[in-house]
Amino acid sequence: MLEANSERLYCLNRAAEAAGLSRGMSLADARAFCPGLMTDPARPDRDAAFLAVLRRWAMRYCPWVATDGRDGLMLDISGAAHLLGGEEEMLSDMQHRAARAGLSLQVGLADTRGAAWALAHHAPGRAAPGQTAAALAPLPVAALRLEAADITGLERLGLRHVGDLETTARAPLARRFGPGPLARLDQAMGRQGEAVSPGAEPPHYATRLTLPDPIGLLEDVTEGTRRLLSRLCETLQQHETGARRLCLTLRRVDRDSRQVELRLAAPMRDAARILPLFQRGLEGIDAGFGIDQMRLEATQVEPLPAQQLGVRSEGGGNARLEDLLTRIGTRIGLENVLHFQPADSHIPTRAFRTLPAAWSAPGQGWVPPRPRPLRLFSPEPIAGQGARPPERFRWRRMALVTARATGPERIAPEWWFDDPDWRRGLRDYWLVETRQGRRLWLFHTPQDPGWFVEGEFA
Amino acid sequence: MFQNAFPLHPARVHEVCGPGATAFAAVTCARARAGALIWIREAWQPDRLNPLGLVDFFDPARLVLANAASAVDALAVAEEALRDGAVALAVIEITRPLDLREGRRMQLAARAGGTTGLCLIPEGMGSNAAESRWRVTPLLDQGPGREARTMPGTTPGDSTLMHWALIKNKSGTTGAWDVRWNRKTYRLDVVSPVAQRPGSAGAPAGGPLRADLARS
Repeated sequence: MLEANSERLYCLNRAAEAAGLSRGMSLADARAFCPGLMTDPARPDRDAAFLAVLRRWAMRYCPWVATDGRDGLMLDISGAAHLLGGEEEMLSDMQHRAARAGLSLQVGLADTRGAAWALAHHAPGRAAPGQTAAALAPLPVAALRLEAADITGLERLGLRHVGDLETTARAPLARRFGPGPLARLDQAMGRQGEAVSPGAEPPHYATRLTLPDPIGLLEDVTEGTRRLLSRLCETLQQHETGARRLCLTLRRVDRDSRQVELRLAAPMRDAARILPLFQRGLEGIDAGFGIDQMRLEATQVEPLPAQQLGVRSEGGGNARLEDLLTRIGTRIGLENVLHFQPADSHIPTRAFRTLPAAWSAPGQGWVPPRPRPLRLFSPEPIAGQGARPPERFRWRRMALVTARATGPERIAPEWWFDDPDWRRGLRDYWLVETRQGRRLWLFHTPQDPGWFVEGEFA
Repeated sequence: MFQNAFPLHPARVHEVCGPGATAFAAVTCARARAGALIWIREAWQPDRLNPLGLVDFFDPARLVLANAASAVDALAVAEEALRDGAVALAVIEITRPLDLREGRRMQLAARAGGTTGLCLIPEGMGSNAAESRWRVTPLLDQGPGREARTMPGTTPGDSTLMHWALIKNKSGTTGAWDVRWNRKTYRLDVVSPVAQRPGSAGAPAGGPLRADLARS
């Protein structure tokens, strides 16, 4: 792994440890020790994800599991050991299962968190209740989770084992090393408390309803959905989030399942508003021989802080519009419901963008540089010569006569984009009013002479 | 009278055809009550609405575009939007003639939701259920003072003279008017035909008169 501009070893297997390599050693040194070393780049993020999975697995032994460092788990098994028949049985079960999964586990079990850490890292095994001091005494001082400088200092004084530290006078130690080593020692020996703080469970946005008898009527399914929704919305309320995408799974009696997905135009947690939006999806469900389990999950959530209501009434109008967009979105897809957004370009067709209304706010600040046509189409060639608009031309099978022309407005292509539409170079735009009434937006390309119609004015 | 016909009857579906249909829709959007507007079209249609052109009529931020995959989807979206009433106006670009059932469903949805609908139809593809039908053609502005109104060196700001013909009206008479949209004041002015304008040969005595007053 790359750390502080040098490549260092992140972790190693047993064979490498036996060859004398250690963690944090630079890669060049390791290669010198062991020419046949095989390395892979470290992926700490994937390791962390795996450790989180392992933490979830470890919850089978006790509910109080915390991660420890980058490769450790800390379990507080107070009151949980007897469920597996005792501490020894629990340890062997743990080892057995881990071995089956291809993991090598080093487990330490002791009265205190510090002691268990020391055992796990330096002498895997179990210290019987009350035997902590005896079990720790022969271990090196590094087992006390000390700073590297403190360990070196203690070893220079000849205090190599935990037992030595225990029998030394405390006051000089505290003067020399500060409170750190003694606090760690006390924690390991149980004279000072240390809690295991388990990681917070991520909120789980799913609810389930199992029915004693299968149902098949639309009203029944709707009622079931309503109950699930009200429970889900309470969870969402607690965490100040709103659902963006909901997935309702209906399991049928024949073990087949049907899914209804609902994508919302805005994060929402109001059950009464979401339920009618499900209607269209539920109508298309084939219930078969009946549905006996329903599961509703918010597969995508977004933060939605609580808001003050009732001061201004405009919130109501927005909510109605969002509901409408959701219903339209279920029919034609939310990505086809669009807003205009101004864009920073002088190319007429790139001066605006259309973005999905569900994920963006409508754009403000429209300032057309000059009057622009209402409609734009891809350039349609017409016959014409010279730099002035043609007197007469045919466009879309209509014979038109120019009455008045305003222009030119020269627009240069954006050279940093290779836009095939602009291969002809500069454009001189003209507003041409015809005797027939049509007001067209023509352009002339002086670099590659030609005339085109690109838009129509009001 | 123009006032009876033009702010379109609310909670009904109207139709407009002709080359100036988009401009008519834009003016209708500008005249709709406050709130969002929805413009429904089929995704395959190659020409695009230009929000920078719509700025002359109303704020494009109010507009929601719905690109439907097919004509049936477009009609379904239109019905949904009309029935809901959350939008002030629904504009639907129609590409095939509606049958009576589809037209009637839209009309019922508009009445249920209190939303006005406006269909942009190709020439001659109107539905019998429509409340009113307009044909809009742009006109070349040749009136006297036309050049004077144009600031030198700028594009003319008011070249929006249109001929609005009401060719079907379920609750009144038909008629035809020349109108001009004023981009500066966002106002629709009814103008007299050229022959009746002050200064021209056929103008009535007594100075300028508003065309709609003169005709009524």
